[in-house]
Amino acid sequence: MNATALAADEFDPASVVTRDPVVRVEGICKHYGSVEALRGIDLQFERGKLTTLLGPSGCGKTTLLKIIAGLVPATSGRIIVNGRAVTGPGPERAFVFQDFALMPWATVLRNVGFGLELKGVPADERNRIARSYIGEVGLQGFEDKYPHELSGGMRQRVGIARAFAVNADVLLLDEPFSAVDEQNRRKFQEDLLRLVEMERKTFIFVTHSIEEAVYVSDRIVLLSPRPGRVSNIIDPRIDRTADPDDIRRDPGYLDVVEEIWQGLRHYAE
Amino acid sequence: MSVMSQDVKVVAPAATTRQALRLFAERRRSFWVVLSLLVLFTAWEIAGRVPISFAFPTFLDTLAALAEMVADGSMVRAFFLTLQPLVLGVAISALLGIALGIVMGLSDRMEWLLAPVFIVLQAAPMAALVPLVTFVYGIGLVAKTLAVIMLALPVIVLNSYKAVRHVNPSLVDMCRSFQGTRRQQIFKIIIPDAAPVLFAGLRLGVAAGFIGVMLAELLITPTGIGDLITYHRSVANYAHMYAAVASIIAASTVTLAVLQWFETNVMRPEKRRS
Repeated sequence: MNATALAADEFDPASVVTRDPVVRVEGICKHYGSVEALRGIDLQFERGKLTTLLGPSGCGKTTLLKIIAGLVPATSGRIIVNGRAVTGPGPERAFVFQDFALMPWATVLRNVGFGLELKGVPADERNRIARSYIGEVGLQGFEDKYPHELSGGMRQRVGIARAFAVNADVLLLDEPFSAVDEQNRRKFQEDLLRLVEMERKTFIFVTHSIEEAVYVSDRIVLLSPRPGRVSNIIDPRIDRTADPDDIRRDPGYLDVVEEIWQGLRHYAE
Repeated sequence: MSVMSQDVKVVAPAATTRQALRLFAERRRSFWVVLSLLVLFTAWEIAGRVPISFAFPTFLDTLAALAEMVADGSMVRAFFLTLQPLVLGVAISALLGIALGIVMGLSDRMEWLLAPVFIVLQAAPMAALVPLVTFVYGIGLVAKTLAVIMLALPVIVLNSYKAVRHVNPSLVDMCRSFQGTRRQQIFKIIIPDAAPVLFAGLRLGVAAGFIGVMLAELLITPTGIGDLITYHRSVANYAHMYAAVASIIAASTVTLAVLQWFETNVMRPEKRRS
C-alpha cells in the first residue's frame, strides 16, 4: 500500500517526491511565548491533490494551516505559494473554517458572495457566481435563508461554496466536518471527493479523524505533538472509482487506517 | 370603580367571546402586555382609593389631570422645553460614545488612554456633579445638555467598547482570509457583529439621558416637565404632579421601544424570522 517507513526516527522527508508543488513550507517554526508549537516543518503540497494534515490534538496542525493561510505569522521559516513567498492572506488561497464563520446577519447568497463583495465585484456578477456555487454544494432554494435557519452540515456547505466562489488555487480546510453529525459527515466526504475531481484545485485538509483522512486524501502528513513535527508521510493510494461503501470495506483502506493508528497510538493516553 | 367593572366584563364574557379571547391570548404577545399594564393600573387605582397617602392620587384622577394638561397646552410646552437638552444630549452622546467606544475596542492604546476616565465617570454619582455644572455653564440649555451627556456618555462608550471587543474573532479571520481591508473589516464585520451590544448600550444611554434631563430640570432650574412636577407639588396638585411624572416615564418607554424596533428591523434582519 505504501512504501514509507513507519517509525518516526527512520522517516526522511526528503525521500518523498512531490511533483509540481503549489505550496512549499520551508523550515516553519512557531512559538507561543515559551511554548514551542511547531518545529522545523518542511513540506510540499502537490497541485491538484488533496493533502491531509493529521495528528493528535496539540500537534499544531491547525496552527500550520493558519500559517499557510497567512492568518497567523510564523516565528521563522517561509511559505511559498506559486513560487512567491507570502506573508499574509492572498487571492490564491481560500479558507474554510471549523466553526463556519458565517455572518449571521447575511443571507446564504450574501455569505457565499462575500469574498467577491470584498474584492469589489459588482452585485449582479457576484450573485450569479454565488448562485452557481450554491447549486454546486446542493443548496438550491436556500439562497435567501439566514445561517441560523440551516443545519450544521448546510452551514458548512455555505462555507465551502464561499471558498470556491473566489476561485482560489488552494483551498485550506480546517476540520470542516468536525461540527457535523456522523451521517452528514460521510455524505460530505463523498461530496468533497466529487468537488476535488471537478474543480482540479489543491486541497489542504486538517482533521483528527484517521478514517476521514484515509478516505479523502491523496497524501497524509502525520504530525507528532509537543512540539509539532512531521513524523511520517503516507500515500494511501485508494481506488476512488469504487463504490464509497466498498472503499470503506476494502482491506487496503483498513490496512492504512490500522498502520496510521499504530503510528499514533503511543500519543494517546 | 369603573376599571374594576371593566375587569369583570373581561373575566366573564359570553362563551364565544371567551373562546376568541383565549385564542388571542395564546397567539398574541400584546394581550399579555395589556394585561400587565391593566394589573399595574388597577393596583394603582386601589392604592389611591385606600388611600395610602393624601398625596397619592388614583390612576383615574391622574389620567384626568393628564388629559387636562394636554388640552390646555401646558404639557406640550413642557415637552418642547424638556426635549431640547434631551435630544441634543442623547444625540451627542450616541455619536461620540459609539465612535469613542469603537476606537477603544479597535486599539489597545486608545483603550488604556480613555477607559479609566469613563470607568470613573460611570462609577461617579453624577447627581452630585450636576449642581457644579451650573457654576461653570449657568442655568441654560448648555448646562442641561451637559447633564444629559454626563449621564448618557459613559454607559454608551463602555458598552460600545465591550461590543467591539466581543466580536467573533473567527469572522474577523474570515474577512482577513478574503483580503478584506481594515475599513471593510470594521464596517462589514465588526460593526454589524457588535450591533446588538452596541444597541443595548444605546438603550441604556437613552434611559440614563432621561435621568440626566430630569436631574437637570429638578436641580438646576425648573423648566419643562421638571417645572410641571415642581409647580404642581408646591400647590399640592398631586394628580397633576403624578401625570407629569408618568408622562416622562411613558416618553422614555416609548423611545426605548422604538430603538428596539429599529434594531431588529433595520440592523439585524435575521432576527425578525426567529
